[in-house]
Amino acid sequence: MKSSSLKIGLALFLVLVIVPLVFRSSSYSMTVLINAAILGFMSLGVWLTFSIGRINISQGAFGLIGGYITAILASRFGVPFWLCILASGVGAALLGALIGLPILRLRGVYFSMLTLSLTEATRLVALTATGVTGGASGILNIPTPFQGENSYLELYLFAAVLLILGTLAVWRITNTRLGRVFRALQQDEALASSFGVNVSAYRVLAFSLCCGFGGVGGSMLTMFVQSIYPTSFTVTDSTNFMLYCFLGGLGSVFGPALGALVLFLGFQLLAPLGAYQTLAYAAIMILAMLVLPNGLLSLRLPKRTHALEKANVS
Amino acid sequence: MTTLEPQMQNLERTGMPVLEVKNLTKRFGGLVAVNDISFNVLNHEILAVIGPNGAGKSTLFKLIAGAETPTTGTVLLEGQPLTGKPQHVVARLGVVRTFQETTIFKEMTALEHVMIAHHLQSKAGNWGIFAGSPRAKSDEIDFRSSASQILGFLGLGALQSEAARSLPHGHLRALGIAMALAAKPKVLLLDEPFAGMNPDETDRAVQMVRGIRDLGITVVLVEHDMRAVMRLSDRIVAVSFGKKIAEGSPLEIQNDERVIEAYLGKEDDELGV
Repeated sequence: MKSSSLKIGLALFLVLVIVPLVFRSSSYSMTVLINAAILGFMSLGVWLTFSIGRINISQGAFGLIGGYITAILASRFGVPFWLCILASGVGAALLGALIGLPILRLRGVYFSMLTLSLTEATRLVALTATGVTGGASGILNIPTPFQGENSYLELYLFAAVLLILGTLAVWRITNTRLGRVFRALQQDEALASSFGVNVSAYRVLAFSLCCGFGGVGGSMLTMFVQSIYPTSFTVTDSTNFMLYCFLGGLGSVFGPALGALVLFLGFQLLAPLGAYQTLAYAAIMILAMLVLPNGLLSLRLPKRTHALEKANVS
Repeated sequence: MTTLEPQMQNLERTGMPVLEVKNLTKRFGGLVAVNDISFNVLNHEILAVIGPNGAGKSTLFKLIAGAETPTTGTVLLEGQPLTGKPQHVVARLGVVRTFQETTIFKEMTALEHVMIAHHLQSKAGNWGIFAGSPRAKSDEIDFRSSASQILGFLGLGALQSEAARSLPHGHLRALGIAMALAAKPKVLLLDEPFAGMNPDETDRAVQMVRGIRDLGITVVLVEHDMRAVMRLSDRIVAVSFGKKIAEGSPLEIQNDERVIEAYLGKEDDELGV
């Protein structure tokens, strides 16, 4: 299982590298790919909170937090972009630890509902705190180092490298003792604490890492579109991160990246349906959940290449 | 790491209590699950807590292990208070519990279960584990050999690489105990170690608990199986309706009127009278 998922990972990253070489002249395709890579990166965090047995619908909130940190630092203080990304990641992770400490006591649907509300609450804070965030009119014209004719390719490669590094980091966590502790928490927190695992510390660690991924992703997306609004990340986005993990597969660290790629591309491919785009997307999602409850990565190889080919067609 | 050599020289009961339970009370709303229970556990003894269903034994156990906080009262380990400390801290201090339900992690092998239970012996920090530091690597090697030794000691040596969910009931119990031993307890709390076992399995489990005591570990167990308890225990504490009704040697307990009464009452309940 482990070696086969490694192959899938390799295939996925090949797609990430070859596809832009083909589509580099089409700014639309590149936009879609950049989005897919960043969203995949953010979903990795959500996947990590799945591994401690929590369904997290708050990644949009931390995307928003990371986005605003970057927007404010870059546009008001002229901080260089890589420092902005770092600050966004660290800021979101710290805030995540602070918020996670009390809310991670909850499990199941209660935790999920609370994280969902957190996304909405963050949007409202961004809307109300006009002095800091600019309120509904947002922050525009954020300076970015990605300019000129190759900007899309540069941004894409940057996002793809980030996604690969992020996936490797999560893969490493999952395959060391840390991952075993996380899985122990998922199965039985009382049993884990009986042999001395500080359950709440490890829960906060996993959640805080997740928020860090969210902050970095939010920073990247903000840098890409050079603007941020309270509606840049909504409950829908938070839900999507969760769906990317579900559809990609919770059994493998490559699930989030694959899920984000396939679902984000899929949504774009449905664009010709106009007003029915979301409806069709939702219907396909429901079908996919029914047919593939364990995600795309649970498919056997022939079918799996089929899924990747579909992704390539775009 | 773990020395699984019987420490006969230490086995004499010192008379010094290793664990002191003092006036422990736990209320859940209007229900008093544990009502002012006190007793001492001596070093290297096997002490059983018995009582009919719903007597408050399991709650008492959770209070000692730190899984629940008592309403009033204290628990002392070698004179040091445990009360109010979370379960993982109590485990670090040396009181480790096993579970009534055979709780395991899906997919992991028996060896992996016991390896992960060595968490407290970890010399590497989280970052070291992630980066694969030399300490993390030596931890891994130590845990593996220690886990294998513990499984061997409990008679599970041949089943190391079995997925835990495919193990039979009796072996799962032993696996739970192996995980507790990995945390190097001073006092091991066994929650109904013989429940659901056939006489053969019980015989083996009784031998196993004796073996654990011979390692120098004090054993406190909650149990329904009276025959096993009478054979195994040095002393017994009997509880009924949350109160301690008797304390003494197995012989004293067997002839205690209040104990007999409590248990006959239980028989009636079970018949649905």
